[in-house]
Amino acid sequence: MPPIIAIDLIQISDKTQLPFAPKAKEIIEKIKEKEKERLVTKQAPPKIIPKEKLDAVPLPDNIKKQVEEKKKKQNPEEVKEKIRQSSEFEKKELFDPNKIAALIDKSKEEQADIQAKKSLDITQSQDNTVSLDKGLTITQEDAIKAQIFKCWNIPLGLPYDEDLTVRIKLQLKPDGSIMSSEILDHARMNKPGQGFYRVLAESALRAVKLCDPLKMPTTGYNKWKDLQLNFDAKEMLKG
Amino acid sequence: MKKIYFILLIVFLNTNLNAAVKIDITRGNLEPLPAAVSDFYIDNPEKFSEGIKKLNLESNLPKVIKNNLKRSGLFYILDKKSHIQKPKLSHLKPRFEDWSLIKAQIMISGKIKIDEKGRLRVEFRLWDVVSAKEIEGLALFATPKSWRRIGHIISDKIYQRMTGEEGYFDTRIIYVAESGPKDRRIKKLAIMDQDGANNKFLTLGNELVLTPRFNPNSQLVTYMSYFKNLPRVYLLNIETGVQEIVGDFPGMTFAPRFSPNGNKVIMSFAKDGNSDIYTMDLKSRVVEQLTSHPSIDTSPSYSPDGRFVVFNSDRSGFQQLYVMRSDGRKVKRISRGKGLYGTPVWSPRGDLIAFTKIFKGKFYIGVMRTDGSGERLLTENFYQEAPSWSPNGRVLIFYRETAARKKGVGASSKLWSIDITGYNEVKLKTPSDASDPSWSSLLSK
Repeated sequence: MPPIIAIDLIQISDKTQLPFAPKAKEIIEKIKEKEKERLVTKQAPPKIIPKEKLDAVPLPDNIKKQVEEKKKKQNPEEVKEKIRQSSEFEKKELFDPNKIAALIDKSKEEQADIQAKKSLDITQSQDNTVSLDKGLTITQEDAIKAQIFKCWNIPLGLPYDEDLTVRIKLQLKPDGSIMSSEILDHARMNKPGQGFYRVLAESALRAVKLCDPLKMPTTGYNKWKDLQLNFDAKEMLKG
Repeated sequence: MKKIYFILLIVFLNTNLNAAVKIDITRGNLEPLPAAVSDFYIDNPEKFSEGIKKLNLESNLPKVIKNNLKRSGLFYILDKKSHIQKPKLSHLKPRFEDWSLIKAQIMISGKIKIDEKGRLRVEFRLWDVVSAKEIEGLALFATPKSWRRIGHIISDKIYQRMTGEEGYFDTRIIYVAESGPKDRRIKKLAIMDQDGANNKFLTLGNELVLTPRFNPNSQLVTYMSYFKNLPRVYLLNIETGVQEIVGDFPGMTFAPRFSPNGNKVIMSFAKDGNSDIYTMDLKSRVVEQLTSHPSIDTSPSYSPDGRFVVFNSDRSGFQQLYVMRSDGRKVKRISRGKGLYGTPVWSPRGDLIAFTKIFKGKFYIGVMRTDGSGERLLTENFYQEAPSWSPNGRVLIFYRETAARKKGVGASSKLWSIDITGYNEVKLKTPSDASDPSWSSLLSK
């Protein structure tokens, strides 16, 4: 009779988890925490479902009253429609020459409303109404810059007296992740004597990849789906 | 016609619509680049003799690279304990996720073997972890005892690939090793690798030696020695040990330096309380006087193209820096700040001049542009002087003395290096006190 071999049953999960070095473990946990935070911020805002009063059908006499009341009440959606912050291009789109007369009639009333709303916005969010020529506000642009700054390790040995601007074109997905990245002057990277440019270009590409996905505005995808980042370390290297 | 205008307008509008938003990124972080240097793996351990095994090359060779990169101040080396992937797999096919998890942006892996001829073959690869690709790879051969030099050459390759500039690790430093009490100081010429390893003494210490300087193109050294109490400039071949006197001057010669092509020595010659600048051609032995002024002109240093010379002179009443053409014409004062300026050295890159400045009793090591503008003081201390450039013009080495305690004891003199940003100051290890350092050019050039 062959001897009976005793086999200990061990939960597989205990053995398959790689024992990380203590430092790596710490780092991994930190990253996990960060990812959790990121996930929280990524959650889409809850969908607003308009309340419907099913039990009370308005009588014909009350309909007018209700409409008037609705207008008096603060209704963010309606106000937003009228005085929504939009780029010059969008304004052109909204413009309908057939409605000029109507617009002139309402212009004074709307002007007053817009002014009031604008002044409120300026004090509340430090002038995020200033729209750039291609549609991003200064605040939105600053938010993108701030993300890239953190990801970009500037190569410290570069000369500050040479023109070494690296232009990278990005195509973004609606969630801010990078679909494609391309160095616009790619040929310069492989030219002889352009070692510094190559170093800067590679560092810029690393920065873009480290920052992927970018936290982008939740609206106006068409305005920011194509970005061009111009990396220039001159001022930083001058010190 | 109207149609054409209309089409052009639409095309214009379309191109405008498709144009990307441009954002200028002019700031970033100036932190050192996080780098992981994996242990190298031994490919054929059965061919390693006991002597080579004891060198522990798999960890000691990467350690040389790590120390070089760390000392440069441009790289932050991640702790080996945090590495997840094993050296062999890292070299064959790195799992980039594992390396990016520990925040490495670059990773260095390697393989060591003994080839058929008994030579050490070291292969290394530099990986861009973020872009998940290899960006440099090289195999180097040498006798096993030269393993440290292989480490330095690999460090230079990595440095060059990541900064765009030549490295400075495969170099040596010549300096004056000092020992004994202040009044009976023994000074010997000594040489070591730039990381402090392989220290050797070149003279016995019977005579006082000062200001050793490397020839930029060979293993020739010029220095000043008080042989038989006569202060003279000498030449020494550090490979053959042959020594000779430079010129037959009827007085004291000092502060020598080589010309950029190594064919001439430029130095000061003092007679009757006045010192001027002279050159001597090492082949023809022709001597040429460059300055002729009743003031003290000394510490000459050539520009890397050999067209100009910077020196210090007290011709304005105070010791200041001057630049002249290499034939001695068109002398122009370049230093304008308060204080005294001395020991100017022209950067091998040609863009800066390093100097020692004395102001309000403190000593500074600084740099300025070659026209005297843009003066920047990099470090301040009780006593420090004699800066010497690394061959890539990024780092300066100098010596610093600490103040003596009562009764004149406790003073020490050590070598320090600082990069031209002024952020990365490092003390070099020497077996004894040290002064007057001079950096060699790249040995592998």
